[in-house]
Amino acid sequence: MNDLITNKNVPANLMDTSAWRGAYMLFKKELFRFWRVAFQTVASPILTALLYLLIFSHALEGHVEVYKGVEYKAFLIPGLIMMSLLQNAFANSSSSLVQSKIMGSIVFVLLTPISYVQFFCAFLAAAIIRGLLVGFSIYIVAIWFVNLPIMHPIWILAFALLGSALLGTFGIIAGIWADKFDQMAAFQNFVIMPLTFLSGVFYSIHSLTPLWQTISKFNPFFYMIDGFRYGFFGQGDISPWISLGVVSAFLAALAWLCLKMLKSGYKLRG
Amino acid sequence: MTVPAIQINNIHKQFGDLRALNGIDLHIQQGEFFGLLGPNGAGKSTLINLMAGLIKPTQGNIAIMGHDTVSDYQAARMSLGVVPQELVFDPFFNVREMLRFQAGYFGRGRENDAWVDEIIEELGLTDKTNTNMRKLSGGMKRRALIAQALVHKPPVIVLDEPTAGVDVELRQILWAFIKKLNREGHTIILTTHYLEEAETLCQRVAMMKDGNIVALDTTVNLLGKLPGKNLRLQLGEASLPTALLPMLKTGENGVFTLALTELNQVEFALSELRKAKVNVLDMQLLEADLEDVFMSLVGSR
Repeated sequence: MNDLITNKNVPANLMDTSAWRGAYMLFKKELFRFWRVAFQTVASPILTALLYLLIFSHALEGHVEVYKGVEYKAFLIPGLIMMSLLQNAFANSSSSLVQSKIMGSIVFVLLTPISYVQFFCAFLAAAIIRGLLVGFSIYIVAIWFVNLPIMHPIWILAFALLGSALLGTFGIIAGIWADKFDQMAAFQNFVIMPLTFLSGVFYSIHSLTPLWQTISKFNPFFYMIDGFRYGFFGQGDISPWISLGVVSAFLAALAWLCLKMLKSGYKLRG
Repeated sequence: MTVPAIQINNIHKQFGDLRALNGIDLHIQQGEFFGLLGPNGAGKSTLINLMAGLIKPTQGNIAIMGHDTVSDYQAARMSLGVVPQELVFDPFFNVREMLRFQAGYFGRGRENDAWVDEIIEELGLTDKTNTNMRKLSGGMKRRALIAQALVHKPPVIVLDEPTAGVDVELRQILWAFIKKLNREGHTIILTTHYLEEAETLCQRVAMMKDGNIVALDTTVNLLGKLPGKNLRLQLGEASLPTALLPMLKTGENGVFTLALTELNQVEFALSELRKAKVNVLDMQLLEADLEDVFMSLVGSR
């Protein structure tokens, strides 16, 4: 025990490695946290997505053909995967943060040498993993029912990663900002839900009036879903490169804001 | 010369209009067992939160083992273990998982397990390692919190009211363990409401009031500042003779405590009681304690 007391000048580089080990541990803890309640965090979103698939495909099959040669069921699946992926990436970081703030257990992380950048990376990585896991699980279940092509896997992967990163970051921001569970619920119901539902999960924006088409183009979720869908069918409402640019720019802006909040200690360190 | 364990230089902290700390200067040497006393709202917890980097100072700086809590925060936090006052816990994990994660946040891996086992055993948590934090009793949660603060073997340990609401048995286990850590070279900083605890444990004490340190000295010197003793009289139904009222410190249920500045006042008190024909049921002569020092500095009850 005395070794530590006398050895007070820890070399800077050693300090950094051990702090990154700390960040890795925080990431692991975040994974562990949602995996402990996997029924609620993974199984339940899969079931919800399948219910959407069942109901909408039953109601609309044969009535709608969005892309030539693509049955509606198949069209719907990428949208549902992306919607669940986004919602779960957001839920992971936001609910973990708001809960540990309310419980007070956030203090155990704040007392450690983990830096604000490392804090951000740990929460973000865990949110991405949860998003991808839920999305991938829905894909695995859905392909039993529907014949789903994969034209450009790289685009699929790129948008899945960017989308979960974007919403994971958004979740950290919301988690830092919210002081109560109902504020978080309001965030989810009044911001995340409308943006996802109005982004073209269930339809192509070409089926909308010009006004609503224009409005949809201000919704960042539209680009994530359209780009993701392009990866499956090789066709979309707009070029995937434009979507990539818009989503990356949004991610960069949100990450900048989030890091700024964390650096200043906003609502975490008074 | 060795670096002080804690170096607090001219610390001010303002929360909106509230001035929580008004220029605190305090040096605590390595290996000390130091007490921080004061009523609620005196600024003790604010000071601890500043040491831990949980809040930022409005002015001034703090160094832990020579590491500034702002510019060199990583090394400062590595050197510090804080037991928070509130019984906070993470409901997702059991005791051992929680301790492993906490050690991991400080960059420690499996090599640290032996130390974690030692803390678990010393704190009597062995039976509870696989119990979820939610299911622990209040006392057990308190032990787990202490274990959590020690996982990274910090040279400086801060305990914020560790015995609030803790039963006698646990209090003894706790103090035996903390004293052992202190003997092994850890610096201990303790805040407490129980003055007798500070009196028996701490070598040096700072008393705080309204964001200022009003007394800072060794426990022995502080007790020496009040040379007086207390005379406790049990008088039953009778009331205290008026001549003795100026010496009265407390009086309820027929038990009166008189503050004496000189020992011959005992004789005076007894003669007054005889004159008033008051029957003394019991009588004790008591040494002044930290509570007296505290009250004389911090104000009336």
